[in-house]
Amino acid sequence: MIDLTLDGRPVRVAAGSTVAAALAIGGDGTSRTAVGGARRAPLCGMGICQECRVTVDGVRRLACQTLCAPGMQVETRP
Amino acid sequence: MNADVIIVGSGIIGAACADELARRGLEVLVLDDRRGGATAAGMGHLVALDDNPAELKLSDHSIGRWREWARDMDQGCAYRNNGSLWLAANEQEMAVAEAKLKTLREAGMACELLGAEALRATEPELRDGLPGALKVAGDGILYAPNAARWLLTRGGRRIAERQGRVAAIEADEVRLDDGTRLRAPVVVLANGIHAPELAPDLPIEPKKGHLLITDRYPGRVSHTLIELGYVTSAHNASGPSVACNIQPRPTGQLFIGSSRQFGTSDPAVDGPMLARMLRRAVDYMPGLAKLNGIRAWTGFRAASPDGLPLIGEHPRRPGLWLAVGHEGLGVTTAPGTAELLAAQLFGETPPFAAEPYLPERFLGARDAQRTSIPSEAGR
Ligand SMILES: Cc1cc2nc3c(=O)[nH]c(=O)nc-3n(C[C@H](O)[C@H](O)[C@H](O)COP(=O)(O)OP(=O)(O)OC[C@H]3O[C@@H](n4cnc5c(N)ncnc54)[C@H](O)[C@@H]3O)c2cc1C
Ligand code: FES
Repeated sequence: MIDLTLDGRPVRVAAGSTVAAALAIGGDGTSRTAVGGARRAPLCGMGICQECRVTVDGVRRLACQTLCAPGMQVETRP
Repeated sequence: MNADVIIVGSGIIGAACADELARRGLEVLVLDDRRGGATAAGMGHLVALDDNPAELKLSDHSIGRWREWARDMDQGCAYRNNGSLWLAANEQEMAVAEAKLKTLREAGMACELLGAEALRATEPELRDGLPGALKVAGDGILYAPNAARWLLTRGGRRIAERQGRVAAIEADEVRLDDGTRLRAPVVVLANGIHAPELAPDLPIEPKKGHLLITDRYPGRVSHTLIELGYVTSAHNASGPSVACNIQPRPTGQLFIGSSRQFGTSDPAVDGPMLARMLRRAVDYMPGLAKLNGIRAWTGFRAASPDGLPLIGEHPRRPGLWLAVGHEGLGVTTAPGTAELLAAQLFGETPPFAAEPYLPERFLGARDAQRTSIPSEAGR
């Protein structure tokens, strides 16, 4: 199992999980806030739609294309 | 007759012409087949270019109009008067910046030279060692598809729009591909790179460009950043070229250009070309390499042999008016284009000399007298 942090809260996921899976397991599944203020969530799961953008250890990444790693800090807000 | 004027193309040029003519009282019908064009693909940088006096006159005049119109435009048009910084990479380019300063000042434009330190303080994301930049205060940005929509709707009922593909134009008759025939005494061709389909003698060639937009990173860049190499070398060659162009969008996204390629009409993103373009931008703004690009696409500029648009009546097809060939500057120059076209159509003195843009320079002398609408006809 891998322990990481999602918006400051601890989350535990199976090894090999994507960050998108961690969003679903440890949060409400959403990844980001759109310009208009609405929350958005992963859609395509294959790196195309760009809906799953999160900040991982300070860098913007696609959650569906990023594997969870121990100690990772994932942020979905603001 | 179906209208006083039929305009082919509802991109920024067709929209600006429709707006100008409708405001003068004409009933305008705008046709577009929605195949999409440069207006939806481009950067919407409102930039004064000075490759020659005519280009400067048209762009400067037009930017002034956009600034006036901005007061009434909706948020979606995303107009910002954020200014441009022309970046000098070495002393030779700094000399170019000084020459440009002189030219623009003589034209009455607000601009100033920034030295290395002032530049760093203004745009800290830029790499160390740039000797300076020329700041052009009046330049801005726009979201062109929404600005075109705004122009088509602000005038109310005098502008009618209809979806349809124009297959041919014969005298005052416009034939759609479904066989429909529409008539107007004046037909304006404003369909960008597709104009030669309807007027084969037009010397218009597609010039492909790549663009990329990043995720939102507010506050990193405030001016539109363009390299002076854009004017000194890169884009003046005939082969494929790239130049650094970084534009901050109101959303916080960064819009990255630019590339130029002739001899292709393939809209696919060309990986190596995109990579070359991004490397160029990263050269100027190293931190860009760490940002997330969310979308890349291409578009085609309608290039004329001398880089200036063709504005005026076709010299051998009375009633067919041209507003084409705006290359990489049509969003900027749409207002001035519309004014020049309208002035010629109404037989008025244009706000500045129309000669450099007349189609005659490529199509040969005029057969008959120009068609014109007496001013009283404007209702
Ligand atoms: C990559 C790129 C970057 C650019 N950056 C800038 C910039 O920063 N600043 C700037 O000022 N300019 C820029 N430009 C240039 C600018 O976008 C164009 O000059 C401008 O949009 C041209 O507008 P238009 O109305 O002439 O043509 P288009 O926008 O191409 O519109 C033509 C319209 O005609 C329609 N049409 C075509 N054929 C037919 C037909 N037979 N029947 C019916 N309808 C038809 C199409 O559907 C289309 O809507 C850029 C262009 C590109 C490609
Ligand atoms: S879910 Fe579509 S890019 Fe990640």
